[in-house]
Amino acid sequence: MSSYTQKKGFGATVWDYITTVDHKKLAVMYLLAGTLFFAIAGFEALLMRIQLMKPNNDFISAGFFNELLTMHGTTMLFLAATPLLFAFMNMLVPLQIGARDVAFPFLNSLGFWLFFLGAVFLHLSFFMGGAPDAGWTSYASLSLYSPGHGIDFYVLGLQISGAGTLISGLNFIVTIITMRAPGMTFMRMPLFTWTSMVSSSLILFAFPPLTIGLLMMLFDRMFGGNFFDHMMGGNTIIWEHLFWIFGHPEVYILVLPAFGLFSEIIPAFSRKRLFGYSSMVFATILIGFLGFMVWAHHMFTVGMGPTANAIFAVATMAIAVPTGMKVFNWILTIWGGSIKVTTPMLYALGFIPSFVAGGVTGVMQASAPLDYQLHDSYFIVAHFHYVIVGGIVTALFGSAHFYWPIFFNRMLNETLGKWTFWVFFIGFHLTFFLQHFLGLMGMPRRVFTYMDGQGWDQFNYISTVGAAMMGVGVIMMVINCLMSIKGKPAGRDPWGDGRTLEWSIPQPIPFYNFRQTPLVRGLDPWWIEKQEGNKEVTFAEPIGDIHMPNNSAIPFVISLGMFIAAFGALYNPDADKPWSIYVLIIGLAITFGAMITRSVKDDHGFHLHKEDILEIEEHLYGKGGNK
Amino acid sequence: MMKGLKKWRLFSLLAVMMVFLSGCGEDYLSTLKPSGEVGQQQLNLLLLTTVIMTLVVVVVSVIYLLAFVKYRRARVGENVIPKQVEGSHTLEVIWTVIPIILLLIIAVPVVTTTYKFADVAAMDEVDEEGNKTALTVNVTAKLYWWEFEYPNQGIVTAQELVVPTGEKVYFNLIAADVKHSFWIPAVGGKMDTNVENVNKFYLVFDKESQDLKDGVFYGKCAELCGPSHALMDFKVKTLSPDAFDAWVDAMKATEGQTADKASTDLGEATFANSCLGCHAISGSGAGGAPGPNLTTFGDRNRVAGFLEHNEESLKAWIKNPGEFKPGNLMMNAEGTAPIYGDLSDEEIEALATYIMGLSVEK
Repeated sequence: MSSYTQKKGFGATVWDYITTVDHKKLAVMYLLAGTLFFAIAGFEALLMRIQLMKPNNDFISAGFFNELLTMHGTTMLFLAATPLLFAFMNMLVPLQIGARDVAFPFLNSLGFWLFFLGAVFLHLSFFMGGAPDAGWTSYASLSLYSPGHGIDFYVLGLQISGAGTLISGLNFIVTIITMRAPGMTFMRMPLFTWTSMVSSSLILFAFPPLTIGLLMMLFDRMFGGNFFDHMMGGNTIIWEHLFWIFGHPEVYILVLPAFGLFSEIIPAFSRKRLFGYSSMVFATILIGFLGFMVWAHHMFTVGMGPTANAIFAVATMAIAVPTGMKVFNWILTIWGGSIKVTTPMLYALGFIPSFVAGGVTGVMQASAPLDYQLHDSYFIVAHFHYVIVGGIVTALFGSAHFYWPIFFNRMLNETLGKWTFWVFFIGFHLTFFLQHFLGLMGMPRRVFTYMDGQGWDQFNYISTVGAAMMGVGVIMMVINCLMSIKGKPAGRDPWGDGRTLEWSIPQPIPFYNFRQTPLVRGLDPWWIEKQEGNKEVTFAEPIGDIHMPNNSAIPFVISLGMFIAAFGALYNPDADKPWSIYVLIIGLAITFGAMITRSVKDDHGFHLHKEDILEIEEHLYGKGGNK
Repeated sequence: MMKGLKKWRLFSLLAVMMVFLSGCGEDYLSTLKPSGEVGQQQLNLLLLTTVIMTLVVVVVSVIYLLAFVKYRRARVGENVIPKQVEGSHTLEVIWTVIPIILLLIIAVPVVTTTYKFADVAAMDEVDEEGNKTALTVNVTAKLYWWEFEYPNQGIVTAQELVVPTGEKVYFNLIAADVKHSFWIPAVGGKMDTNVENVNKFYLVFDKESQDLKDGVFYGKCAELCGPSHALMDFKVKTLSPDAFDAWVDAMKATEGQTADKASTDLGEATFANSCLGCHAISGSGAGGAPGPNLTTFGDRNRVAGFLEHNEESLKAWIKNPGEFKPGNLMMNAEGTAPIYGDLSDEEIEALATYIMGLSVEK
């Protein structure tokens, strides 16, 4: 028996996951970490909704409420939605393009560990003197004024996890450009791969402004840098621009892969190729491009002057056009198809009206003079939750059902899945629909309480009830996931309607993905093969040696060094903590030591020989099974 | 199936009715019941965009529901392989052009209104004698209160903005510590008070506020500014032009008004000892005080912007302001005690009576 087929003990499994560079295992780790932070941030939201359930409530204090709202937003966007989408990107992109791994498996692991340890660092703030409390936007005048180390946790934690995100984004771009199987031309790529590529490109251009902004904030808070201190000639508006130059594309970074996921689910369960594939690709690129031209619509009330406001208003409205193209293409994909209402499809069907509702309120807010009323009121809270929950979370839940068999070779329970959908979906609309009206009725956002007699009591109460329903829905979803551990193996293409390459691989997927690199003969290659009656995809090569990367603990060590150094940096300005400088030095020494080790040591990976492959396949699928 | 649909229709109808039944909010607070030209135009834009956008949602939903009902696999047949349509150029053009047209319909009023609202040229217009013709208010937002200075009249007040009806009132907005945002929902949209530069805009107040529930419009801080952001309310009293002029004169007449340490009134003496350093009680002069001007305190509507306006609240407030507005600057840096030290109950009692008696209208 070779080492590939041996069963591992618990310790060895943990070590395997810490050192792994396999995109599938990293996808699972992204999924678990993302779910953890999603649950934490969801819990924070529930606490806030309980506080706002009735007027003059004293369930939580004003200061803690601000910490909760900051961490809810920051966690949901950076530490829940991003890693969960990365889970799908990691799992699916190499499989969809017929690759055996990503272009830089080492960087893939590094990206995960930087993200994860940065996220852990940020969350430790709760136990170490208070979380950041200036909102996820952390506007400069307030964040500089904020006492304690909360904002320092925000700055350092996001800096580290942001580096992880940037590295991963870069990795996906290179993977998609260079690792496609023969015949997989750009215009034959599945739409999820397309949106992943455009989204990764957005990461590449959007994260550097954030990095710069955070660095300036770091200097301001730790060394008196005065970039944003107006008393010393600084300017807080610069932070707002830097933040939103990152922050608006961030929305598209998240929503484009969500569009991609639905563009996989809808054709599969309509049994029809995606309507207007090329215009979908074009719309994706256009959204990505326009996404960078509109950041200042978050700042209409800042006083940029009418010309800037008018330009950004019209540019923002323009985004509605490619987004509308996408919606109509999805509907036309359904039209004339054969719709099977599975749980993923249910999420896709719920997504269309919810997301359109979120999109149109976006156009309303793009109308600058109207936005003077809507900005920073509950209307905007309703709007972005319609987009994020209605667009991204439905995509994540639906895709979890859809791709569970790819991740774990198990199916999620369909009945429970449909119940979950209805509970979550009704709860979602109950929570956020009325918030539009709360905003119009004059309720500002980010308030920890409100007086009675302002006409807001009833809607706030209903909103809290809805939030509780969403919470129940999420718990049902988690139960469903846990139950699947005991489920039967799902096998290859369990939905029967798979269209793209990931469904063509026998389950469980071997760590090298494809025994032989497939030959792609058109859009939806697996569908084409199935239509021609083939049981296998066409191969581009005979069985031969496969070159695979070695596992490595170095990414973890590099990230751990950064994690330790961050504590040193955090406490460095405190006069009573002279040891902090040594923590900083030790941390950085670990990081640079690991980097040097990586540079000096040659690691050429290893070759998997034909005999090994046959042995592994026999172990996985039984003798002669599945060929 | 149809039964299910009917239920849904009933449900959505109920939802819509509920929204209308509960009204459009309160007329002193809601953007849906504007009392001024700016708010009215914003409401018009809201209605225009809502109509167009509802149209979009309805059209999309109808096509989508139709497709959904028509092409269920149960109806189409289990083994049917649908025609694999690539796309349609005609359709693509249609659903690109129609949204562009709809957006243009919105964009035209949006751009013109944007410029209109930003037109503050009249602020600097002067009459023959060189006096400014327009009423200007300098608003300074501070943690967590508002100062309103009338530079052309030479008066200053706080927490309760007093303005005349029927004319454009211009505002210079700035923040003294961290960024806030100045918002009177029922009168017009907000504008941020930045720390480094003055923002200018105007509002028009149509209705006299005395008929409203509390006799005032509600104003809000709309930008997260710290723990007590939610409590940083202010009120707006709108008066007829004549009444406003009378109010300005009454304010000017308080010039030199002060409290005497040697006063036999314990309240006045305590005020002079403990409060006068930050709180002026003369409405004449310029802004920039560390604490809200209290000249018109007795005429106001709330204590600290949000507490009920009576001596009980005022006493509780003076005793421990940090309990009501966490993070406010009447407390020392640690937030443990008021900066004016401990006052005896007797002193607080007298102080509350004294402060409540400060008025220019009574």
